[in-house]
Amino acid sequence: MSLMTIIVKMSEGLGKTCAIFFLTLIFAIPLGMIVALLRGSRFKPVSWFAKTYISVLRGTPLMLQLLAVTYGPYYLFNISVSRNKLIPVVIAFSINYAAYFAEIYRSGIDSMPVGQYEASQVLGYSKIQTFIKIILPQVFRRILPALTNEIVTLVKDTSLAFTVSYQEMFTIGKQIANSQTSFVPFVVAGVFYYVFNVIVGFVMGRIEKRMSYYKM
Amino acid sequence: MSILEMKNIEKSFADNHVLKGISLHVDKGEVVSIIGPSGSGKSTLLRCATFLETIDSGVISYDGKNAAETVNGKCTYAKNLNDFRHIFGLVFQNFNLFPHYTVLKNMMDAPVSVLHRDKEEVRAECIALLDKMGLAEKANAYPCELSGGQQQRVSIVRALAMQPEILFFDEPTSALDPELTGEVLKVIKQLAEEKMTMVIVTHEMAFARAVSDRVIFMDGGVVVEEGDPEEVFGNTQSERMKQFLRNYDRET
Repeated sequence: MSLMTIIVKMSEGLGKTCAIFFLTLIFAIPLGMIVALLRGSRFKPVSWFAKTYISVLRGTPLMLQLLAVTYGPYYLFNISVSRNKLIPVVIAFSINYAAYFAEIYRSGIDSMPVGQYEASQVLGYSKIQTFIKIILPQVFRRILPALTNEIVTLVKDTSLAFTVSYQEMFTIGKQIANSQTSFVPFVVAGVFYYVFNVIVGFVMGRIEKRMSYYKM
Repeated sequence: MSILEMKNIEKSFADNHVLKGISLHVDKGEVVSIIGPSGSGKSTLLRCATFLETIDSGVISYDGKNAAETVNGKCTYAKNLNDFRHIFGLVFQNFNLFPHYTVLKNMMDAPVSVLHRDKEEVRAECIALLDKMGLAEKANAYPCELSGGQQQRVSIVRALAMQPEILFFDEPTSALDPELTGEVLKVIKQLAEEKMTMVIVTHEMAFARAVSDRVIFMDGGVVVEEGDPEEVFGNTQSERMKQFLRNYDRET
């Protein structure tokens, strides 16, 4: 198999790689915020629940979580494994990344000076207004570098979808590597991920720059 | 009539009894300065008046309506505290401007999104206010682009944009170097001449003496001396305040 054929075949899976990546971001970014807010709840059972969630999701391998979400329903309830593996894959990625995002959000929220809350309170802002208008934009700016780190990791982690044979780029590459006893597909995969992350780094850099019109 | 009336305020932080049954009333158009050593409870009193701290017991009322009252030893706050918050403004020692908003947005946002006032009307008012304070060209600047003195002046106009009946200052010049202190004091003085009702916690003795209608000397969570500034400074009665002023003179 020629290098060109390998590249073409593997790029056919890039759409699915991107699907995991973008859908995970779309779900995990808000879900992480919810988990972070629950963790900060003054109602103990709620914060305990969020802490346990974070602890378990961060403390076990993403690969196991992928397997559990994809095949768990079959073993537990005898529900047939869904044809479209994208759904369980995105669920597993989203709940896993939400745990990491939640901790990043928390670090940002905790780093906000109390004076911002006090000024908002005296000016009569409601708690929700304070959070959305005053706190969140500043938190987002503070955590952007940490968020970029996680997003770069997510790009590479999409390759774990091979464990449930979801036909994304790396899964296809691995299949070619096995059938052709060739290392070339892995090199191609490495280049694909690197280019993807260069783009991610560029985009996040632009966002950071756009948000740096003020100093804290 | 008193705009603010605080009666028998008690406040402790754990074992630290900070306010010991203190009372304070402020009439319309009056400028009251609160002076005293660090830890005397003056900032805490202001933070209680603005609901940033909750009192343990006592009464806080604005315009004759109780915001906090104590019945049978149990202190309760009014449900509509935000309605009371519209009555006063607070200027913080370290400004607490919103760094991600321009000067104009800092001023306009609360009147528009809290008081639901007309945006264009508020904008016109705020620009006029900035103009008056000599900050017109800074309307679209971000707080980080301003000097400390300018930031504090912006935080004063931000408070004024809410059209408060009474304005509190919590050591408004303590975070500023002497050069910048002057421009902030000038603004406060200007407000005093316009008969703005103000309560100022300050370490600027000469300023307190010049600008106030009444001076309160606090120590150890109680009012030690209170009255006309000339009387309080010129003819100090209590030994504690004499000592405080002596120390103060030595420092400056």
